[in-house]
Amino acid sequence: MIEKFVTITSPCVPLPIENVDTDQIIPARFLKATERKDFDKNLFRDWRYDSNNNPIADFPLNNTKYSGKILVSGKNFGSGSSREHAAWSIYDYGFRVVVSSFFADIFKNNSLNNGLLPVQVSAPFLAEIFEAVEKNPSTMLEVDLDAQTITIVESGKKESFEINGYKKECLKKGYDDIDFLISLKDKIAKFKSPLA
Amino acid sequence: MGKTLFDKVWDAHVVENIEDGPQVLYIDKHLIHEVTSPVAFLGLDRRGIKVFRPENTVATPDHNVPTINQDKPIADELSRMQVDKLTENTKKHGITLYGLGHPNQGVVHVVGPELGHTQPGMTVVCGDSHTATHGAFGAVAFGIGTSEVEMVLASQCIMQPKPKKMRITVSGKLKAGVTPKDVVLYIISKLTASGGTGYFIEYAGDTFTSMTMEGRMTVCNMSIECGARGGLIAPDETTFEYVKGREFAPKGEEWNKKVEYWKTLYTDSDAVFDMEYTFDAADIKPQITFGTNPGMGMGIDEIVPDEQDITYKKALDYMKVQAGKPVLGMPVDYVFVGSCTNGRIEDFRAFANAVKGKQKADNVVVWIVPGSGQVEKQIKAEGLDKILNEAGIELRQPGCSACLAMNDDKVPAGKLAVATSNRNFEGRQGPGSRTMLASPLTAAAAAITGKVSDPREVFGL
Ligand code: SF4
Repeated sequence: MIEKFVTITSPCVPLPIENVDTDQIIPARFLKATERKDFDKNLFRDWRYDSNNNPIADFPLNNTKYSGKILVSGKNFGSGSSREHAAWSIYDYGFRVVVSSFFADIFKNNSLNNGLLPVQVSAPFLAEIFEAVEKNPSTMLEVDLDAQTITIVESGKKESFEINGYKKECLKKGYDDIDFLISLKDKIAKFKSPLA
Repeated sequence: MGKTLFDKVWDAHVVENIEDGPQVLYIDKHLIHEVTSPVAFLGLDRRGIKVFRPENTVATPDHNVPTINQDKPIADELSRMQVDKLTENTKKHGITLYGLGHPNQGVVHVVGPELGHTQPGMTVVCGDSHTATHGAFGAVAFGIGTSEVEMVLASQCIMQPKPKKMRITVSGKLKAGVTPKDVVLYIISKLTASGGTGYFIEYAGDTFTSMTMEGRMTVCNMSIECGARGGLIAPDETTFEYVKGREFAPKGEEWNKKVEYWKTLYTDSDAVFDMEYTFDAADIKPQITFGTNPGMGMGIDEIVPDEQDITYKKALDYMKVQAGKPVLGMPVDYVFVGSCTNGRIEDFRAFANAVKGKQKADNVVVWIVPGSGQVEKQIKAEGLDKILNEAGIELRQPGCSACLAMNDDKVPAGKLAVATSNRNFEGRQGPGSRTMLASPLTAAAAAITGKVSDPREVFGL
């Protein structure tokens, strides 16, 4: 079971960088755990802290101007390695939504499997969010999964996003794929692969 | 309408279609390593279930392992615990493990093919994005996350929307000094790091059909670096020849039956792709990357392009390269030859032949890391280790090594590495490290001269 996804209205944390890869989200040296624990502490580790482990003041996660459950980033977010630790670290830090104009495939799957909603918007809409947040850091965004819309609350500007119907249901109900697959066991057992 | 190679393999593995949702895809071969599997096994425990088909999963530790003194316990406690956990989990669930010290241990994507676990027409997954490597055999192979590893362990299936299809055709003969690695770096530089997202690539054309299996694996391996889930090449005589006789390859009558089936795995002439690209082999030079994603690459004798974009400028700053200037001649601190991209026997042959009779430059540290125990054995059998020693270079033991900064082989902050691996992300080879991706031949040129050098000049090709 994953946490049920409800409509989220929250300020956001802007990260206006493109091609944010999973090695930046969580560097490899923090992947040594055998349980899902403490990954949030090392989210964006090398951008968040200097080599003496002091927080880098102007990195958005350290900037007290910004807060909230929504991370907004430049295009091609989550490229690179398949490490699900990237989705875990973002989720465990407290984010429930990542907004970008483009997501890497594996990251998108991993997020959906963990109750983290990737919201893909157009490049102009993304630019509008960044602009609004730059003017007013406490700009609120509303993400409505049912209606599949994201709204900049102040201006009322709105865009819809895509998600497949099955995944949407899973998120709303907090179901995961493994429960579903286990329920298909008999059918799978009878399935004949051409390679068998 | 005809089917593509990808359609043929994918469609044959669909167990169920979910309306407005993904497909349930049966997985023939599941490979696991120590980093992305422990939480999946924990999930099984939490649900109180066993692995559904343990015989379809094969395990080996690679990311965390040291590449010297492998007979001693791993010094780093967390690394040791992760590797031990893999041993414990595989034992408990009856999964084959090539553990540290086993002659078959190595980087999972080198081990699978060389033992014959990887075969044409299969679906192959692993909690690792470079699973695309196995596509070289005409398999549908792609990386998955840990939740999906748990799905495969629990049910031998995953749920996936079917990707779109792209064909990349490269025709003609490669010029001297140009290797399969250069071909794939060239393709990624043309498509960009996200140009393949949402697609599965088929590589077609005589440039690929005339490549060895090692070369094809290098190409398919990096499909993920343009964002594609995977890439594949239709199986042919070269493929069958490679698979034949390997430990887990079909034998006897079974072999004949399989080959007959494998011969049906090609793209029909009237099949349609969602996207097509065509390139000419004659346009490809030895490549090098200058930025912080694999799409930021160019011919090694070219100048770094200029772009007015903050992310681009940030990348050049990080790499300490300048727009409008060449990278040739930049001093190199480290050379790394290995990884699932270029850690196979041919890569070490190419490197050793190039450095034969020459000396490593004093300013470079060179790490030569075989992709597996089998590759290491072969290197020694061919005497390549002696050639390396005479050039002042030492052979290490198999593992992922400096491909990612997870074991002891880390490039120090600020240092520049020419690496045959697949990622040049910020800090990929160690916090603050700078990476330029290139072929084993270009790596050899850097090792000898201590600078970024054109292998065609250094070796008179
Ligand atoms: S060699 Fe590098 S890319 Fe390949 S599996 Fe190991 S860490 Fe991943």
